Amino acid sequence: MTLSLEAVTRSVADEIHVDHVSLTFIRGSLNVLLGPTLSGKTSLMRIMAGLDMPDRGQIKFDGKDTTELPVGKRNIAMVYQQFINYPTLSVYENIASPLRVAGIKREEIDRRVKEAAQLLRLTSMLDRTPLQLSGGQQQRTAIARALVKRADLVLMDEPLANLDFKLREELREELPRIFSSSGAIFVYATTEPSEALLLGGNTATLWQGRVTQFGPTPTVYRRPKDLITAQVFSDPPLNLLSGIKQNDQLVLNGAETLQLFDDLTSLPDGPTTLAFRAHHMSLHLSGSASLTLQVVVGGSEISGSESFVHVALGKTKFVLLEQGVHRIDAGTRLDVHVAIDHIFAFDAAGLLLRTPKMEFKEALA
Amino acid sequence: MKSSRIVLLVYIVFLMLPIYWLVNMSLKTNSEITGPLTLWPTQITFQNYVKIFTDSSWYMGYVNAVLYVLINTVISVVLALPAAYAFSRYRFVGDKHLFFWLLSNRMAPAAVFALPFFNLYQAVGLFDTVWAVALAHCLFNVPLAVWILEGFISGVPREIDETASIDGYSFPRFFGRIFIPLIANGIGVAAFFCFMFSWVELLLARTLTATNAKPISAIMTRTVSAAGMDWGLLAAAGVLTIIPGAVVIWFVRNYIAKGFALGRV
Repeated sequence: MTLSLEAVTRSVADEIHVDHVSLTFIRGSLNVLLGPTLSGKTSLMRIMAGLDMPDRGQIKFDGKDTTELPVGKRNIAMVYQQFINYPTLSVYENIASPLRVAGIKREEIDRRVKEAAQLLRLTSMLDRTPLQLSGGQQQRTAIARALVKRADLVLMDEPLANLDFKLREELREELPRIFSSSGAIFVYATTEPSEALLLGGNTATLWQGRVTQFGPTPTVYRRPKDLITAQVFSDPPLNLLSGIKQNDQLVLNGAETLQLFDDLTSLPDGPTTLAFRAHHMSLHLSGSASLTLQVVVGGSEISGSESFVHVALGKTKFVLLEQGVHRIDAGTRLDVHVAIDHIFAFDAAGLLLRTPKMEFKEALA
Repeated sequence: MKSSRIVLLVYIVFLMLPIYWLVNMSLKTNSEITGPLTLWPTQITFQNYVKIFTDSSWYMGYVNAVLYVLINTVISVVLALPAAYAFSRYRFVGDKHLFFWLLSNRMAPAAVFALPFFNLYQAVGLFDTVWAVALAHCLFNVPLAVWILEGFISGVPREIDETASIDGYSFPRFFGRIFIPLIANGIGVAAFFCFMFSWVELLLARTLTATNAKPISAIMTRTVSAAGMDWGLLAAAGVLTIIPGAVVIWFVRNYIAKGFALGRV
């Protein structure tokens, strides 16, 4: 089974929500839609579900055009960010609901509901109503309902965003496992790059309604085609250093120059943006070749055993992520180092010029 | 603490006094009522109530009133449900104006509509039937019910409707099995307000009926006769008029409380 979107476009009141999206998902695959809020993830999912109609473009299941097929006739399941259940029905009836509508035999319904409840650890809650459950259990109920249906397409719109940290980790691990055996196409929307990396599978990065890149998650992360993809797939935000490259120097806005070396010098001359992730910027000089920037500290945030240090080079601000606790006073001048091997370079149009020569076991953001 | 109790007590006595006096009167004879002041009946008589329950020209007044109130409540809620759903869930040209216009219907006094309804119902043969009053009251109650229900329906996330259609529910099945139970409180509140309006409304009810469908409130004016005023009978009829409203409030009191918390009451 294949789901393909062909140049799907939808705008609401002159605002483009989905812009010429073409994607193909294959049976049994896990696909992440990654993008900031308002990037069109939900709009795209609603079109896939048939809740909204695209203005242009087609949606095909196994090559058959299903663009106009009503929601109820598509074998899909959807889980929302808010915990959506039927508040007046028991958890059991909530899970059984799609099967009852489909007219499946009572014993079969009972078997499937119990099986799903077991898998999602809801067995002892079956007689309660959703509002008597905790948030995590409510979302499990919604997921169980999506599971029993054995849908061809399972859409999850930031399903874990409203859950607390621990539950989120737990469910994130379980979800792909639960659905991978069903053979459904699994589409998962998230705003968090780390979630995409943990889920694996394929990732489509979205920006202002457009899919900027679609491919295996690690590939998109390591070889973003353009600057926007790299920015979408980076948290904390990608650090950017823009200037005009001339021979072996990068002339920055403030007319300062940065000495380039290694293969950075072989980049074509002209406007260039160097980009690097927060954890590739360090307070310490490592053994490998590094660019050294003289910066002013703006402040530091310490989260447990990691420290985020905000620094500025002229007007350009960077975030640096360093292991350990580093409390540095604002205004301190210091040198920070960026290993050359971890630097992306993009041209004026934002297209990738240079992929960093990183080690294969790239540390996840 | 103590003074607040006294204030409350005084207030309750103040509220209950007219009702007590009505009950008091209904249990007295006419001569006692018109005689010197007595705080309670010196000689309790149930004659007034017996007359109402045995004389069909009296008790039919209650039957008629209950009939048109029930018909009106059912029609209002049944019509308002789909309308409120549409106002809540769909955007269409002029939806906001239409919604406001519906409400503005309630701003006109009932007297304005008495004449056109009288003429219209005589022409189509509805005059002096419970349907005449029930339909006339719809003019006020349907907008009110739409307004109340729209508030409750908008409180239900749209995603529930969508989940139901993804699950494969047809719209009628979804509406009956999932949606109506969800807004049961709202329906209770809407029905209560329709009931109350229709039950206490006098002008249209009296204008649109003559003999067959006359409601109790209109019949009560009959007690003024050549022999003078039948005070006791009138008071008994009044007591019996209060009872249905009190019963309905008792049953819907929880809905109303929730309605105030959730919806648009």
